[in-house]
Amino acid sequence: MSYMRSIPRVWRERKKKYRLIGGRCKDCGKTFYPYRTFCPRCGSNNVEEIQLPHTGIILYYSVVRSAPTEFKKYEPYIVALVKLDDGTIIPAQITDAEPSEINEGMRVEAVFRKYREHGKDGIIEYGIKFRPVIEET
Amino acid sequence: MRRVFVAGIGATKIGEHWERSIRDLMVESSLNAIKDAGIDKKEVEAIFVGNMSSGYLQGQEHLGALLSTWLGIPGVAACKVEAACASGGAAFHNAFLAVKSGVYDCVLAVGVEKMTDAVTSDLTSALIMADDQEYVAFAGFSFVALNALVYRAYMKKYGAKQEDIALFAVHDHKYAVNNPLAQYRRAITLDTVLSSPLVADPLRLFECAPTGDGSAAILLCSEEKMKELGLEAEVEVAASSVATDILSLHDRDDLTTLVSTRRAAEKAYKMAGISAKDVDIVEVHDAFTILGVIHLEDLGFAKKGEGWKLVKDGEIEKDGKVPTNLMGGLKARGHPVGATGIYQIYDVALQLFGKAGPNQVDDASIGLAQNVGGVGGTVSISILKRVR
Repeated sequence: MSYMRSIPRVWRERKKKYRLIGGRCKDCGKTFYPYRTFCPRCGSNNVEEIQLPHTGIILYYSVVRSAPTEFKKYEPYIVALVKLDDGTIIPAQITDAEPSEINEGMRVEAVFRKYREHGKDGIIEYGIKFRPVIEET
Repeated sequence: MRRVFVAGIGATKIGEHWERSIRDLMVESSLNAIKDAGIDKKEVEAIFVGNMSSGYLQGQEHLGALLSTWLGIPGVAACKVEAACASGGAAFHNAFLAVKSGVYDCVLAVGVEKMTDAVTSDLTSALIMADDQEYVAFAGFSFVALNALVYRAYMKKYGAKQEDIALFAVHDHKYAVNNPLAQYRRAITLDTVLSSPLVADPLRLFECAPTGDGSAAILLCSEEKMKELGLEAEVEVAASSVATDILSLHDRDDLTTLVSTRRAAEKAYKMAGISAKDVDIVEVHDAFTILGVIHLEDLGFAKKGEGWKLVKDGEIEKDGKVPTNLMGGLKARGHPVGATGIYQIYDVALQLFGKAGPNQVDDASIGLAQNVGGVGGTVSISILKRVR
């Protein structure tokens, strides 16, 4: 499928995707990911770009056991809504942990990882995943 | 305002139609609807085809002209309408507007999806296109996983149990037994549902609508055209609405309610001049058990957090307060994605025409069909009314 062959499609999102650039609405206060020019809640264009925090908690998660073709070889893997420390919610994979090791409310931190490949000879799409924070003792 | 009537309905059986193509299916349902009305196909002036993924699954777009050609009526206005799983409902909405506006008098709303041309993982890729490709599909979510998150949020917020919510699947199968067009015509037990394999935790296979092929069609005519053709006006389209919500779950404030359902329902109830309590039969888009429960609430049939009680207390049965999914719903009638919205209207119409067989609700006069695209990114609601 052509979307899994396009290099510009991946390239044009690089800043928002690799650096976690979100938006904050100066009218209703909502923060969101990724950045866009209109607030998804109130529709205002009084929106500023913000750097989102790299830590948060697992709000809800699921384990994908029947995956889309691009992710078939990783089954089963964990997907989640992560609530970042500023309250922004973002969709991402949880990595470096087994499904049995995670739970709602668990603290997680951002790491840069591989998401999917454009076939055998195409580019690799990278992005932010989250892993459990190991508390220092 | 101009009145719009159901002149004819048609559908194929839902299932694995290995020997038949997407065009075969939509030609059959269209001809069935035209035959049901008893008119000449040359009376049709416009066609709206609801379909989600023909481009990805069949490498085929331009379904409007494809259908008009294979139906033998090239020249009519025709196009495909896409709104993910709400494509059928959105096509119906366009057909309704076309007649209601006075531009056309005889319009066909068709829904079709041919899912068995793809292997499961390719289908899973196609279905997640209902959400944001760059930020949700990119992260590896399956469409089932998105609904699993809604399930978690609902159970946490309301303390509801999976064993109660999963009863929705048992309900659907019970009624599909008497539907000759249903994909799975056999009853199942709660134990079967709860012991089926996990697809995306906590959602199990038997809590998810199956994949299948199918096409359904509704022929709509103006009051004047019904008279001209000598047709008896029995079922009127009292309302048709579409509403959207923020596309992705992570941007929404509440995962346990579909704002789009509430918006579309408000518009539709107002247009029909009724409220939820006036509805005799309901078709909800229960692609997953938990969503069926949430829809009952958002449509106004139960308080938030209590939709599952309607199911458990037997209130969505044929003799209950809110008879729901009486031809098998998405779980057992089947869910050929872009066709589902039209199948739902077909099944509501069947009840209002008094042709639902053993599942017929006595004196059903007002029916509502709710068709959902994505996790509520789009919702289409249709209200049909028996007028004689």
